[in-house]
Amino acid sequence: MAITSIKNLKEFSTNNDRFEGAHTLCPGCAHSMIVRELMNCTDDNLVISANTGCLEVSTAVYPYTSWDTSWIHIGFENAATAVTASQVMHQVRKRKGTLKDNDAPVKFVAFGGDGSTFDIGFQWLSGAMERGHDFTYICLDNENYANTGGQRSSATPIGATTSTAQAGTHSYGKKEKKKDIVSIMAAHGAPYVAQLAPNKWKSMAKGFQKALETEGPCFINTVSACCTEWRFDPKDTIHITDLATDTLMFPVYEILDGHELNILYRPKNVMPVEEYLSAQGRYKHLFKPENKHVIELIQSDIDKYWNMLQRREEARV
Amino acid sequence: MSVEAQELDLLANDNRGKHQLEAGFDLLGWDEVTQGSVLASFEGDASDISLKKSEERAYSNFNSYTATVASWRVIKPVYNRDICIDCQNCWVWCPDTSIISRDKQMLGIDYDHCKGCGVCVEVCPTNPKSLLMFGEHTDLGESLADWPEKKKKEKK
Repeated sequence: MAITSIKNLKEFSTNNDRFEGAHTLCPGCAHSMIVRELMNCTDDNLVISANTGCLEVSTAVYPYTSWDTSWIHIGFENAATAVTASQVMHQVRKRKGTLKDNDAPVKFVAFGGDGSTFDIGFQWLSGAMERGHDFTYICLDNENYANTGGQRSSATPIGATTSTAQAGTHSYGKKEKKKDIVSIMAAHGAPYVAQLAPNKWKSMAKGFQKALETEGPCFINTVSACCTEWRFDPKDTIHITDLATDTLMFPVYEILDGHELNILYRPKNVMPVEEYLSAQGRYKHLFKPENKHVIELIQSDIDKYWNMLQRREEARV
Repeated sequence: MSVEAQELDLLANDNRGKHQLEAGFDLLGWDEVTQGSVLASFEGDASDISLKKSEERAYSNFNSYTATVASWRVIKPVYNRDICIDCQNCWVWCPDTSIISRDKQMLGIDYDHCKGCGVCVEVCPTNPKSLLMFGEHTDLGESLADWPEKKKKEKK
């Protein structure tokens, strides 16, 4: 596999971008940062499929496409299915020798938003992971259905206000906790599962390269800060992602073969979660005195989860 | 490419983004597009596209590289070569592929694709910043003349 150098940013920047501008994602959207980084990680040909979501509707607005690789869009739930089918077809045609270039390495990648990964495409994704195809699934987790107006998804964290779980006089927003998708995917026994963040570009690029190299189904959950629905200024996308990783709201870690856990980023100073919450409009109501218990709950959940990650890393089980 | 797509006789794009408006050709309506259409990103063979820089590629008119989103912008980033250290932070975090970098050097900003989000200015590490946001209609000389001086570190 033709891996590109990620030793430092200068060398990384000599790659030729294969994700073109003039897509219609919001200014400051982290989706395209993540997609660009994946496509710059390798020189191999890529076959990419995308679930319905912001990424799909914004990068293929007729008559334009922003993708310089093979790109498939089908239903809301089928990115994993489409890309695994392509992978099987490629395998069979390679065996029969009917490909134009039989030796050219091809990598198969599926992109899904959190709605299509956590909720709508969950069954299809689980099936593809169980069948063990050689592909990488990347979830762009912006914690709501941003494409259709910010409805709650099962990735929305507790306390966030969304258009279908509104904060008001009787409610503090969503009352349920976020689904732990990384552990669920690791429980499938996948060889490489990780949670990565675009502000840590190097660990992200390393993770992507590892996933593309690994044979078998790989799953990566990426933090994609959404300036429209999280309600912050577009220029602060990287700052918010920094806060997310430094408050451990999104710990950056990987799980190999379903059990071997490595923490990829340890913040020097762990910040209190208030820093992250107060930077976003969707958590504004939590700072009213009657909602103080929600912040305490979020903080204690984070502490418990971080403790669990550290102990699992230590125990190597 | 589907038959319908081939029949679309798109004119060459001398003017990025304007070729559709000015050429006056008929795009297929949404209800006329057959299922399973393919939009080819490039003219001819594209198997070695990852080794070609964007100026060497034969983009088709279906590629969004030929379009522009410049009208989205109200403020624009302006680049000051004298201060830049070529760290490429702006390149890696630009969401719109609008930072032009060649041979480890930052060359400038692609104003056809930049939406003016300001991420590049926020991640710029130099003092003063080598990228700053100015009003869309400020010209380059004016903005460079307005560039702030180096900030001294505040003593604690």
